[in-house]
Amino acid sequence: MGSLMDTQIMNIVDQPQSLEISNIPSETVGDVHVDHPRMTARNVNVFYGDKCAIDDVTLDIAEKQVISFIGPSGCGKSTFLRCLNRMNDTIDTCRIEGTIALDGQDIYAPHVDVVPLRARVGMVFQKPNPFPKSIYDNVAYGPRIHGLASRRAELDDIVENSLVRAGLWDEVKDRLGQPGTGLSGGQQQRLCIARAIAVSPEVILMDEPCSALDPIATARIEELIHELSTEFTIVIVTHSMQQAARVSQRTAYFHLGKLVEVGETEQIFTKPQHEMTHNYITGRFG
Amino acid sequence: MTETGVNNIGVDKAGGGMISPQEAAARVGAGLAARRAREKRFRAYGRIAIGIALAFLVTLFVSIFSKGIPGFFQHYVTLDVTLDSARLDPTGDLSVQSLYDGDARGVIRAALYDATGASGRSGRKAAGKIISAGAEQRLRKAVLDNPAILDTTQRMTFAVDDDVDSFLRGFINRETPEKDRRINDRMIGYIDALQEQGLISFEFSDYLIFGSASRNAEMAGIYGALIGSLLTLAVCLVLSFPIGVATAIYLEEFAPKNRITEIIEININNLAAVPSVVFGILGLAIFIGIFGMPRSIPLIGGVVLALMTLPTIIISSRAAIRAVPPSIRDAALGVGASRVQTMLHHVVPLAMPGMLTGTIIGMAQALGETAPLLMIGMVAFIVDVPGSVTDPGTVLPVQIFMWADFAERMFVLKTSAAIMVLLAFLILMNAAAIFVRKKLERRW
Repeated sequence: MGSLMDTQIMNIVDQPQSLEISNIPSETVGDVHVDHPRMTARNVNVFYGDKCAIDDVTLDIAEKQVISFIGPSGCGKSTFLRCLNRMNDTIDTCRIEGTIALDGQDIYAPHVDVVPLRARVGMVFQKPNPFPKSIYDNVAYGPRIHGLASRRAELDDIVENSLVRAGLWDEVKDRLGQPGTGLSGGQQQRLCIARAIAVSPEVILMDEPCSALDPIATARIEELIHELSTEFTIVIVTHSMQQAARVSQRTAYFHLGKLVEVGETEQIFTKPQHEMTHNYITGRFG
Repeated sequence: MTETGVNNIGVDKAGGGMISPQEAAARVGAGLAARRAREKRFRAYGRIAIGIALAFLVTLFVSIFSKGIPGFFQHYVTLDVTLDSARLDPTGDLSVQSLYDGDARGVIRAALYDATGASGRSGRKAAGKIISAGAEQRLRKAVLDNPAILDTTQRMTFAVDDDVDSFLRGFINRETPEKDRRINDRMIGYIDALQEQGLISFEFSDYLIFGSASRNAEMAGIYGALIGSLLTLAVCLVLSFPIGVATAIYLEEFAPKNRITEIIEININNLAAVPSVVFGILGLAIFIGIFGMPRSIPLIGGVVLALMTLPTIIISSRAAIRAVPPSIRDAALGVGASRVQTMLHHVVPLAMPGMLTGTIIGMAQALGETAPLLMIGMVAFIVDVPGSVTDPGTVLPVQIFMWADFAERMFVLKTSAAIMVLLAFLILMNAAAIFVRKKLERRW
């Protein structure tokens, strides 16, 4: 214990410059562009009041791929994630500059309605948050408000299909009428994933989806993310670098509101280009 | 922890040295007795405070119940009444007019003279005073309800006059010199005679529940006031609940956070502390003064009380909305619900128990409110039971206030009985609030 602390202290003493903001590059290291982008962010700045939370981030999100955002707490990765389906709109003081486009259409253009946008870009949150309604109603809520099913049988199909794809069907098929809040934490999170995919989104945003779950439930969710990536574009924010390494094809490292480095996950974790990325993934700070 | 760690924490600044664990334990032990005593004393203060509060409450309840429970009963006299159709129904068509033209009073008095053996002018006068003025009305009603009883002799029960009732309850002492009491010696004689024959009974007072305002204490009841209260509360609820909840939802979820909404918020909070009589003056000036609406009507009473309860409902509804976890909002917005859908499908249902609790408590406040209703004239003496919100009427607390003004012993008892009825309604409403909260409460 003591010796580990000593090495860390020595590292900090050896490399005092590594914690300074001036060391963050103005240009992101690695290739921010991809061949088939589903979403594109260009020169995005986000402010909370006067505070700059995201500073000039440019990034492409590739189709049917998992990209993970990593970085220390407060680095802006969740803020950036929430910009992708305009969940930040609910915060009065939040202001966004730059453009974010979904399939080439600017989602912050004046005429854009957030309702269809959020149907196309679904979201799963950090803490499982099923509605205090039945399991069935939880999944059926999205299709109902968007009018996706014209008949009851059709809605039943959507619910079953979503629960099957979320890997929850076998566990809940006999108790669809019971409250979703009565499930275990891992089951609740899979229910939330089922709810998100029930409206057939193109992109699913996941904000630390496993941080409130035990390792077994986490493993199931990770497996699920892997399966879903064949159909959906997935963006996941995580604090666990192992998780990022396991589930994602691309990884973006954020620090103090800047996108420091982005690249193939394997490359980021084996041969990080930037010193700060290197320090973070080797556990030297963050 | 290592040794150095302990030493660093345990530095004794005053002594400059380090204290050993034994010494530290000894010092902690020395202070322990004082610490425990302080804790004991604090708990004792709490118990004393609760004791004093309980004592007040018990005194209140004992005084109300000891006067109020006898107020639910009164004395009745049972008489064999010969229902002579020629005297009671001179026209013979059984119309209300005909019965009023008839001599119901004479028929009852005849039965009374028979029972008491009263004779002579002063004797009959004294006997006549034993029975309530409401007896005739009751006889007429019995005939109207069932005309077959005409020309037969029926055993009928009538309330006794309130002075006689007071005498029977022992409030009037027969040792008092005759000129100093409201019951003269002859009356006492007749009352004794009736009692000997077992004709006087002490029964549940139907007048209290089904009677309306009356100058005669034995006939006075709360029915009219109760209906007035219900009509007023209905108007109040219909106005204040939707307006209050809509205001709360708008302010909490949709209103931009700027100076204007801030000022509105402050004013709503301040309104909750405005003395209720001020709302009464407002009602008087605007509804009666400017709009020229009639006085004493439950409609205006309800509007005035709605103004008074609105802040309560708005404040509690906003608290209830704020208590809904943001994760539920996120969840709904995340699947593409609009803000209104998020509100109506998720937030409002979850906040509903809190909103309803606030509303019921506001209604309970309105039920007990007197001052603003005095201002708009609901304190008038109104015998008729209001049939709609635009009929003049009064409400329960105002009725209590008016009765408390009368000197008759029976009014004192009926005042306490009416207070008990009011308290019962308040407890009922609070119980409803708790029930609603428990019933609708959902876990998330």
